[in-house]
Amino acid sequence: MDAIRQLVGDTLFYYAVSPGLKILGLLFLGILPLITYLVLAERKILGYMQARLGPNRVGPWGLLQPIADVMKLLVKGDNIPTQAVKWAFILAPCLVVGPAIIIFAVIPIGPPAGGLGPMSWFITDVNAGLLFIIALATIGVYGLILGGWSSNNKFSLMGGLRSAAQMISYEVPQGLSLVGVLILAGTMSLVGIVEKQRDMGVWFVFPQLVGFFIYMVAGVAESNRNPFDLPEAESELVAGFHTEYSGMRFALFFLGEYANMIVISAVATTLFLGGWLPPFPHLLPFLSVVPGPIWFILKVFVFLFVYIWFRGTFPRYRFDQLMDLGWKWMIPLALANLAITGAIRLWLIYPR
Amino acid sequence: MTEPNQGPFAPPETLMSDALFAKGEEMELNFGPQHPSTHGVLRLKLKVDGERITDCYPIIGYLHRGTEKLFELHPFFQNVPHTDRMDYVAAATNNLAYVGAVEKLVGLVIPPRARYIRTILAELQRISSHLLWLATHAIDIGAMTPFFYTFRERELILDLFEQFCGARLTLNCMRPGGLPHDLPVGWTDTCRELVELFPAAFDEYEGLLTENRIWKKRTVGIGVLPPDVAVDYGITGPMLRGSGIRWDLRKAMPYEAYAEVDFEVPIGTNGDTYDRYLVRMEEMRQANRIIAQCLDKLDDFGGGAVMAKRPRVMKAGKEAEVYHGIEGPKGEIGFYIVGDGTPNPYRCHVRPPSFINLQSLPELTKGYLLADLVALIGTTDIVLGEVDR
Repeated sequence: MDAIRQLVGDTLFYYAVSPGLKILGLLFLGILPLITYLVLAERKILGYMQARLGPNRVGPWGLLQPIADVMKLLVKGDNIPTQAVKWAFILAPCLVVGPAIIIFAVIPIGPPAGGLGPMSWFITDVNAGLLFIIALATIGVYGLILGGWSSNNKFSLMGGLRSAAQMISYEVPQGLSLVGVLILAGTMSLVGIVEKQRDMGVWFVFPQLVGFFIYMVAGVAESNRNPFDLPEAESELVAGFHTEYSGMRFALFFLGEYANMIVISAVATTLFLGGWLPPFPHLLPFLSVVPGPIWFILKVFVFLFVYIWFRGTFPRYRFDQLMDLGWKWMIPLALANLAITGAIRLWLIYPR
Repeated sequence: MTEPNQGPFAPPETLMSDALFAKGEEMELNFGPQHPSTHGVLRLKLKVDGERITDCYPIIGYLHRGTEKLFELHPFFQNVPHTDRMDYVAAATNNLAYVGAVEKLVGLVIPPRARYIRTILAELQRISSHLLWLATHAIDIGAMTPFFYTFRERELILDLFEQFCGARLTLNCMRPGGLPHDLPVGWTDTCRELVELFPAAFDEYEGLLTENRIWKKRTVGIGVLPPDVAVDYGITGPMLRGSGIRWDLRKAMPYEAYAEVDFEVPIGTNGDTYDRYLVRMEEMRQANRIIAQCLDKLDDFGGGAVMAKRPRVMKAGKEAEVYHGIEGPKGEIGFYIVGDGTPNPYRCHVRPPSFINLQSLPELTKGYLLADLVALIGTTDIVLGEVDR
């Protein structure tokens, strides 16, 4: 890597070669394989939870199943209903999957130094990283609404409406729950937040327990997962917003859901579980031998497992009950959490 | 809307009337027959305001096979397989209701051993039917795991049926006058193992659902069926008992061995979906109790005939008519048979519990949300093979 840096010069290296390599690596070695194998992992884990085996025909332990699925979806017919609004129908899946993947640009997988040679363990460190994430995560919902509306199908439309209702109920408490972390960290940069957790010697999940739970519940709603999988509730709305989608367009919605899961887990890991930091640095110092990115991935996996566990356990909420939960419980709780965190920060941590 | 269907199969006037078409902000929604949670080919014409259901009109007949007419074409003892195909998840109780009616009509007295075996089969069928109901009801409400757990136990019941009569679903396991053959060797032991296994399994399902806050939110107070309305609609079975009316044909008009076994009839208090769920769960436990007692009685018998002495060709008297209803898993399944002196029934009418319980759906769903509709279809526990016949 250093050889390349000397060859092309610092400017070109840090502004083009390094991010480009990282984007390609993250996309093709990180996110896409992770998404496809997350599907397999979910089917396997759910299988064992439900007294069955899960996929086991394609390759050993079904390991080639995701590849077979992707191949199938790629060659399947890609129908656009004649009465559909074409541009919106085509745009919708991109709006779901695009932002979810872009968010990874600001998520620090590891510490600033110690990547491959001169490279850091993240693509970029935006000083308004958290805002960037919230903004992009919101765009994903437009894909659902547009997809539901443009399909010209009543069930799809209802799915779109539900996702709109769902969005306004969970985005607010989710945003508020993040403000608690901001108050403690004093920065919006995700790298800064993790470093603050290292300096303070405590992961924000402990001082921000309420915020953490609100974020997790809202995160489940954001990624449309059980028990909040209302927009696509298959027993009610057939397939909700993606009823009319087939082939690769459907696969994009599908990938978007799993990409969202990973994003939510990664953000929760960064903000609340100390990102790449090893646990118990003082009690168990030898754990620091394991590189940061490994810790990061392990923590993300824990979240993902919890998501899958949810799906195996819970029935589905009704959409008015979700709004009830959002407005009557989560927003007041998040506000109270915010006030208390602010007060502690003002008078205990930095008293005048 | 497209041009209404013309010709001999045009739907009745009421179906096409203006009252059923949405106006203003209401949207008309065609729910089924190809929909994942209509439990078959039920079609509902809904008027929805947003997601709130303002009107619901069930349209049936997509699985009509003319079963009642088919009964007239065959002799009494050849009609048993037709009953299998009505409520195809509870074939044994259908068989029992039909052979009971024929026995009443022809005047056969069946041996006690056969009565106990039939009771066991009927109660096993009740458990298996309720397990299927629980599986689909839970998956309708979004809980996917109970489905696999209940099917695990249901398979064992079906294995037991297979050992007895060779079939798993369409059993054809009873004959007018008794049973086609005795139980295979070792059957009672396998059945006893199953009886001992069930309580833990029921606890497992209840552990997933009964105290689950989301499950309660989705079922408590949803689809309340007041007792008087339930009686007016002629609703029977767990739906009636969920509304708090203690009416069970096994107690009220005992048939087979039910007078000689000890069991409770669970009832609900509020008549909502949750109560109906609790009633059915308790019914499975009681069915398990009945099976255990019947197995003990069978041991006391040792051996014995399982078929009554019966004429080679069964004939009903001229203008003989009989109605025999039993408590099926879904409600009162009854057969009304008219004889004309020939070996075939002159007319056979079925009282299908699913069909009559389904009538209450428009009443139940009015004002609820679309998500509740699937819960209510689930709690009605319909089988379209029986609704349409």
